[in-house]
Amino acid sequence: MAQVFAYILHKDGVVDDTALELAAAAKKIDAGATPNAIVVGAGDALDGVCNDMAASYGEVWKVANDALTYPDAEIVRKLLANILPADSIVLFAHEHLGMDLAPGLSVKLDAAFVPDVVDIEGADGSTLKLVRQEFGGAVSAHVTCDASQGAVMTIRPGVFAADESKSAGGQVVDKSADAGDFAATRKFLEIVEAEAGDVDITKSEVLVSCGRGIEDEENLEIAFDLAKAMGADVSCSRPIVDAKWLPKARQVGTSGQTVKPKVYLACGISGSFQHMGGIKGNPFIVAINKNAKAPIFQVADVGIVTDMLDFLPELTEKIEEL
Amino acid sequence: MEILVCVKRVPDTSENEIELNGAGNDIDRDDLVYSVNEWDNYAVEEALQIVDKVGGSVTVISVGDDESEEVLRREMAMGADKGILLSDDAFENVDGRGIATILKAAVEKGNYDLIFTGAQADDGAAQVGGMLAAMLDVPFASLVNTIEVNGDKLKIGREIEGGNQEMYEISLPCVLSIQTGINEPRYVGIRGIRKVASVEIPTLGAADLGLDAAAVGASAARVQRTDYFLPEMGDGAEILEGSTEEIIDKLVELLKAKGGLK
Ligand SMILES: Cc1cc2nc3c(=O)[nH]c(=O)nc-3n(C[C@H](O)[C@H](O)[C@H](O)COP(=O)(O)OP(=O)(O)OC[C@H]3O[C@@H](n4cnc5c(N)ncnc54)[C@H](O)[C@@H]3O)c2cc1C
Ligand SMILES: Nc1ncnc2c1ncn2[C@@H]1O[C@H](COP(=O)(O)O)[C@@H](O)[C@H]1O
Repeated sequence: MAQVFAYILHKDGVVDDTALELAAAAKKIDAGATPNAIVVGAGDALDGVCNDMAASYGEVWKVANDALTYPDAEIVRKLLANILPADSIVLFAHEHLGMDLAPGLSVKLDAAFVPDVVDIEGADGSTLKLVRQEFGGAVSAHVTCDASQGAVMTIRPGVFAADESKSAGGQVVDKSADAGDFAATRKFLEIVEAEAGDVDITKSEVLVSCGRGIEDEENLEIAFDLAKAMGADVSCSRPIVDAKWLPKARQVGTSGQTVKPKVYLACGISGSFQHMGGIKGNPFIVAINKNAKAPIFQVADVGIVTDMLDFLPELTEKIEEL
Repeated sequence: MEILVCVKRVPDTSENEIELNGAGNDIDRDDLVYSVNEWDNYAVEEALQIVDKVGGSVTVISVGDDESEEVLRREMAMGADKGILLSDDAFENVDGRGIATILKAAVEKGNYDLIFTGAQADDGAAQVGGMLAAMLDVPFASLVNTIEVNGDKLKIGREIEGGNQEMYEISLPCVLSIQTGINEPRYVGIRGIRKVASVEIPTLGAADLGLDAAAVGASAARVQRTDYFLPEMGDGAEILEGSTEEIIDKLVELLKAKGGLK
């Protein structure tokens, strides 16, 4: 089996949670092998990240250059294509950098590409047996990947339990000189921070959260009425923000806010991983959805299969009577 | 500005509940309602708005069967000037790389300054745009949620975590994958569809594109879906049953216990 590499996300010297999840994923491809890590960046904190990773990976390939102070996928893709051996299996986290970088890398390496892998069932020769989800998690699919010419995969964050064994006893190998030039094909300008909203849902203890099931902007009133009765705040899923019915600051999810409430009422929300990825701290989740097969019912504590447009006003009325 | 927008016909998850078929190895395809991939509407709208400002034309293109023509027509009703259908028996069951290879061949027959894809489609792959850019050897950016045209350069924003945005300057030609929320796609009425009902949409197959069917077809696909299934999940939610009143009573008790009522 080919050598497995994991691309390590890190920021300000702190390694992302996905780094050890990728180590776990790599071991599901080949339990006997020790995967390698790739750490790309600049500045003093980089060596600390590399040393951290050496506990979990056999070799840590470091590429340091000032051009990598901010990891621009276009630059990183090119250098990875230069340093990676033919036929490697390369793992990324399925988040915004991996989505920017990995599909094009597979083309440059002439390797197979599998996005958003949620499970690895093993390898049969050079054929990898993988699991993906489709239609927002409504169904899963078995996927085979011919990795005989290498493979690039993005792994969904949070699905593999981090490999905490830290027993690799690896070493750092400086590959900076092999990386080629660091010329950019697009120019990084700046990060624009999210605007603060009228409420800070990251501090809310109880959230009434609405998804596409709310159907109409006017219907938001029933969510606000319920939230008022409960002493909760209103948050939402992405389509509600895309439709400009609520401000971005109320969006829960990977591209929105990370919330840590005690109780989360998901109303008309299907339960996509990008939405659920914004809910931390193991709250008590109540799902209200008219489709009994909605994926949200797999992760919620309590479910009610009903039309939220009828149910929420009745619930509000009852709570107001208390 | 000549803009090409790649669009895909997909089962509409807001119109159907996606379920497994009786044999449990595929989705139930009877009575599925199809529509254009949600992300692609935003891409077409963005292309139309850019052309409104700086001039040019918008072409929509799809790899699919005859029925994908409906999707192209819908996007033309939004205002796209031209549609191109890429269709051939050899294109059935290709993988993402195959789609990108077919699109690349079509791109090279035109003269486009800017190519849009949606950020992702029904199978959540988010792969075709990045692959296409790499094959064309032009710059790429994914999850684009703002675009400002400055001569032969664009200032773009990429959506990253936490509602933050990464800003880049990127030169043309390039490929961008468009994220939802970048604009508000215009409504298409039945009259709009009627207006473009008889516009001819050229269909190109493997031979027209100079593609070797064996090299792009299903047999060349290195990534293959073998079946669909429903995984065994953990405990799952406790479903509250009974009359609405009973359900509400139970729920209120639970909310009280968990600190959900103040
Ligand atoms: C890069 C990226 C980042 C993303 N980031 C985020 C993010 O931060 N947050 C986020 O939320 N999403 C995010 N998404 C989008 C995500 O993939 C889903 O598309 C989105 O979460 C779906 O929102 P939803 O559940 O409200 O809508 P849907 O998936 O359309 O679900 C609507 C649900 O409502 C139910 N329903 C309909 N009518 C009723 C009714 N009357 N009563 C009860 N139930 C009803 C339906 O059965 C369905 O389950 C992101 C996507 C991408 C590609
Ligand atoms: N069959 C297809 N025809 C045209 N464009 C496609 C096709 N499949 C995917 N795309 C484009 O690639 C984007 C991302 O799809 P995917 O990579 O499959 O998630 C879509 O939003 C489309 O713009």
